[in-house]
Amino acid sequence: MHQRIVILCILLCFFGCREIELVVPTEYEVLPGEIFDNNGPSRMYLLNEGNMGSNKSTIDFVDFRSMLYVRNIYSEKNPEVIMELGDVGNDIAVYGSKLYAVINCSHKVEVMDAKTCERIGRIDIPNCRYIKFSKGHAYVTSYVGPVAIDPDAQLGAVFKIDTTSLTVIDRATVGYQPDELEIIGEYIYVANSGGYRVPDYDYTISVVEMYAMRQIQQIPVGINLHRIKKDGYGRLWVSSRGNYKDVSSNLFVLERKSANSSEMIVTDTLNIACSDMVISGDSLYFYNVEFNTATEKNHVSYGIIDITTKKLVTDNFIKDGSEINITIPYGLEINPYNGDIYVTDAKNYVSSGQLHCYDRNGIKKWSVRTGDIPAHMCFLW
Amino acid sequence: MKRLLKIFFSSLCFLFHTHVFSQNMADTIMLLQEVEVVAKKYTEVIPAQKLESKELQRLNSFSVSDAIRYFAGVQIKDYGGVGGLKTVNIRSMGTNHMGVFYNGIQLGNAQNGQIDLGKFSLDNIGEISLYNGQKSEIFQSAKEFGPAGSIYLTTRRPRFEEDKSANIKAGLRFGSFDLLNPSVLFDYKIKDNLVATFNCEWINSSGKYKFRYQRVTPYGEIAYDTTAVRNNGDIDAVRMEGSLNGYMPGGNWKIHVYHYESERGVPGAIVNNVWRRGERLWDKNSFIQYSLTKEFGFGYSYKVNMKYANDFTHYVNNDNKLISVDNIYKQKEAFASVANKYSVLKNWDLSLAYDIQWNGLSEFADVNRLSQWVSVATAFTIADKFKTQASILATVINEESRERESAPVRKKLTPAVFMSYQPFNSSDLVLRAFYKRSFRMPSFNDLYYTDMGNAYLNPETADQYNVGILYDKNRENRFLSKFHVGVDAYYNLVKDKIVAYPKGQQFRWTMLNLGEVDIRGIDATMMMTFDLSGSLSLTGKVQYTYQEAIDITDESDNYYKHQIPYIPWRSGSAIGMLSWKEWGLNYSFIYVGERYNQQENIRYNHTQPWYTHDVSISKNLKLKSCEMRFSAEINNLLSQDYDVILNYPMPERNYRFVVSVSL
Repeated sequence: MHQRIVILCILLCFFGCREIELVVPTEYEVLPGEIFDNNGPSRMYLLNEGNMGSNKSTIDFVDFRSMLYVRNIYSEKNPEVIMELGDVGNDIAVYGSKLYAVINCSHKVEVMDAKTCERIGRIDIPNCRYIKFSKGHAYVTSYVGPVAIDPDAQLGAVFKIDTTSLTVIDRATVGYQPDELEIIGEYIYVANSGGYRVPDYDYTISVVEMYAMRQIQQIPVGINLHRIKKDGYGRLWVSSRGNYKDVSSNLFVLERKSANSSEMIVTDTLNIACSDMVISGDSLYFYNVEFNTATEKNHVSYGIIDITTKKLVTDNFIKDGSEINITIPYGLEINPYNGDIYVTDAKNYVSSGQLHCYDRNGIKKWSVRTGDIPAHMCFLW
Repeated sequence: MKRLLKIFFSSLCFLFHTHVFSQNMADTIMLLQEVEVVAKKYTEVIPAQKLESKELQRLNSFSVSDAIRYFAGVQIKDYGGVGGLKTVNIRSMGTNHMGVFYNGIQLGNAQNGQIDLGKFSLDNIGEISLYNGQKSEIFQSAKEFGPAGSIYLTTRRPRFEEDKSANIKAGLRFGSFDLLNPSVLFDYKIKDNLVATFNCEWINSSGKYKFRYQRVTPYGEIAYDTTAVRNNGDIDAVRMEGSLNGYMPGGNWKIHVYHYESERGVPGAIVNNVWRRGERLWDKNSFIQYSLTKEFGFGYSYKVNMKYANDFTHYVNNDNKLISVDNIYKQKEAFASVANKYSVLKNWDLSLAYDIQWNGLSEFADVNRLSQWVSVATAFTIADKFKTQASILATVINEESRERESAPVRKKLTPAVFMSYQPFNSSDLVLRAFYKRSFRMPSFNDLYYTDMGNAYLNPETADQYNVGILYDKNRENRFLSKFHVGVDAYYNLVKDKIVAYPKGQQFRWTMLNLGEVDIRGIDATMMMTFDLSGSLSLTGKVQYTYQEAIDITDESDNYYKHQIPYIPWRSGSAIGMLSWKEWGLNYSFIYVGERYNQQENIRYNHTQPWYTHDVSISKNLKLKSCEMRFSAEINNLLSQDYDVILNYPMPERNYRFVVSVSL
């Protein structure tokens, strides 16, 4: 019997015990590069999406005042929130003194204090996608509008949120699976994808009148729309994903029909494939990823378009050749203060990504490890 | 010779049998054919890890996947609950490399290549065996030489006591999760050489259980501590099985019909703000299979296997927060095999087998696959001390897909060599080794799934090298009456691993042959039986696995040389079974060490170890011709809150009661 006990003891040495599950701690990393003067933004927040079902959406930020990279701030600042930030982050924005994170598969918009990242509230919106603000209200696109009789014809919606009470006060039905939105004056422009209706993609932009929260028009543009950005000239730049087969991704420009009309129409089709874009001054920065089935490789371009001429200035804004280290670009942002370019790399979607910073001339300044699927960025001033 | 044979025979028999089992066997009379089955085991170069029905009854296991946890070198992915998905992975090579055989014929799922072992109840299972490499017997169908590891599920064999021609057994299992699981069994001896069996069960459970998530701040304060109820994990399933078994001189045949029908909720991941999901699944799995084995006097035997299977899956997502989904998948499979064995000499056998199989899938893709296998194998023994087997398998796969590009024809040759050596005459020590190359075909999902599939995928290959040592001692009428210890060390290399790769813009994937995994491990098993006094005996079994399974795909990956997801370095189990007259007291412990839930071994992906203690007590009662059995089980005695898969919480302490009556 002694022998047995000895054997048991030896065996126990091979095993490790379960420990108390601690709050996931924040990590800090020093970034190379000079500390900004106090005029620029103080922080850039980065929302990591996290793979679906993993509940690993996290918020990181670059602290420009101390040049620190702060990884996973939310769970440490909000230890009492059950199951942390949530599943699949899809958009992040600062409005006033609050930070808003749209968490797609947790069906909520998380509202935090923009400086401390502590929770202020949570707004439940099913299948929410992107957020924009105007006049004290937030507008959030959602894949699911009212329950339809025909389940194949489930329209999307735009939800209107009061940013003081943090409640949904109205909503408007739009097209199928709406993605990005943009606001000009009292109109909300929503890019409808119809991505779940293959091959019958949506091809329209919904125009929603903000006060009545009513769709007043649908502008035909191109199939499977995704991004929509306004420039300083009152125009809208809209990207489509195409059908990944014979119709490739494209970029469209919408302008007012005439000086007196508020109606927008497509004036240019640039025939430039675009996955994501940011407008900074008169430059539209974009990247595009296209999969080549023959070589089994992704073809990536990083371009700049002069928005006044609508012509391609360069098809590679990264000038030092370091783009070969990017597996799959997944997010793009420009620092409005000094023109630094930020590109995120989502790698294989199920491991940590990277954030790369380039100066305005396209020379890499630094890179840092992020959370899973780094994707969406915004600045805090 | 006789002595050696006896030693070898007994060592194999006692490998995983309990003392009780042999005792109980004494008062029943087996059919003559049974002897053949046992005798075949002698020819196995490397014997299987086995669990037999008496042991299965005592192990607090509900489904086949629960029982498989007690085998060395196996990892289970368990999504929790009675109806949750449970898949098995052997020696870290991935579920798709595992073959699951039901009465000798492989269960198929051409769509995703995974078998949900949670669907197979233990009610009608007589034996579960696990083979690393392949069943080391050359008289088998060509397909059986294929997988990197195999699980054989063998249904209970009908046994009749003297002057009885029928067995009736009714059982009821009930307990936590609102489980209600009645079953009936009926065996009938039509003639001395013709036996019919019928078995039917109904499983109903709400699948509701409490789970708890807790987090503590670094200062030791509770950050959150929440207990919730697992929802949408209900199941309502019916299984019906029948067989007709015929026996003839030198052979036997069997027709087996199986039908399983279920409706279940898919509980889904628990994530922030989501506690309930609306996914539902309806399954209908039916098959009919036929096998015939015949032995001729001049050393020639043949075996015929045939199967037709029809699977229907209906998946609905009616969560009003998500885009509704309503899909139906239909799969069909037809299989035929002929295996031949010829004994050239007393110690030299040859075998040749040819299998053909057709698979069809309809719905998201309309695909037909025709697979053919030819195997040649030989086995010989030198001086009764050295046994070896070698086999080579040729596989040819043709596919035809409407609407989409068909995958090209694939041809593969895969060899295997198995050896064992008994160095000393006087000892029960056996050395063993094997090498095997195997591959897994890309599944229909990998090849054709809506714009993610890649028709040009190559099969994924696995090479296995194994060396081991086995020591068995059987001492009758001694305090330590049985002792067994075995250790195997192995090295596996998985190449051209099929992985999802990001493609094009946004969140889209394609499947590529991109991945290489280096697996090194040790499996150890130990079994001891103590005869404490005349009617009191104690059997202990311990099993331990250490594995390092690292990703060696690309040095530039930040998970290069990291342990692959969900493979613990350490895992093991311990079982203690105490028997006293008609009473049985069992204790089992399962341990799965720390592991990572994603490729990168970083803090954010760390998953804690889990270990559960299960106990059960049982009593057999005999009233005239009626035999009754009662048992009460407590699972997860210490009520550990754990996840096997991240965000899929497992049940806390739960109970199950079993009552059965046999006539």
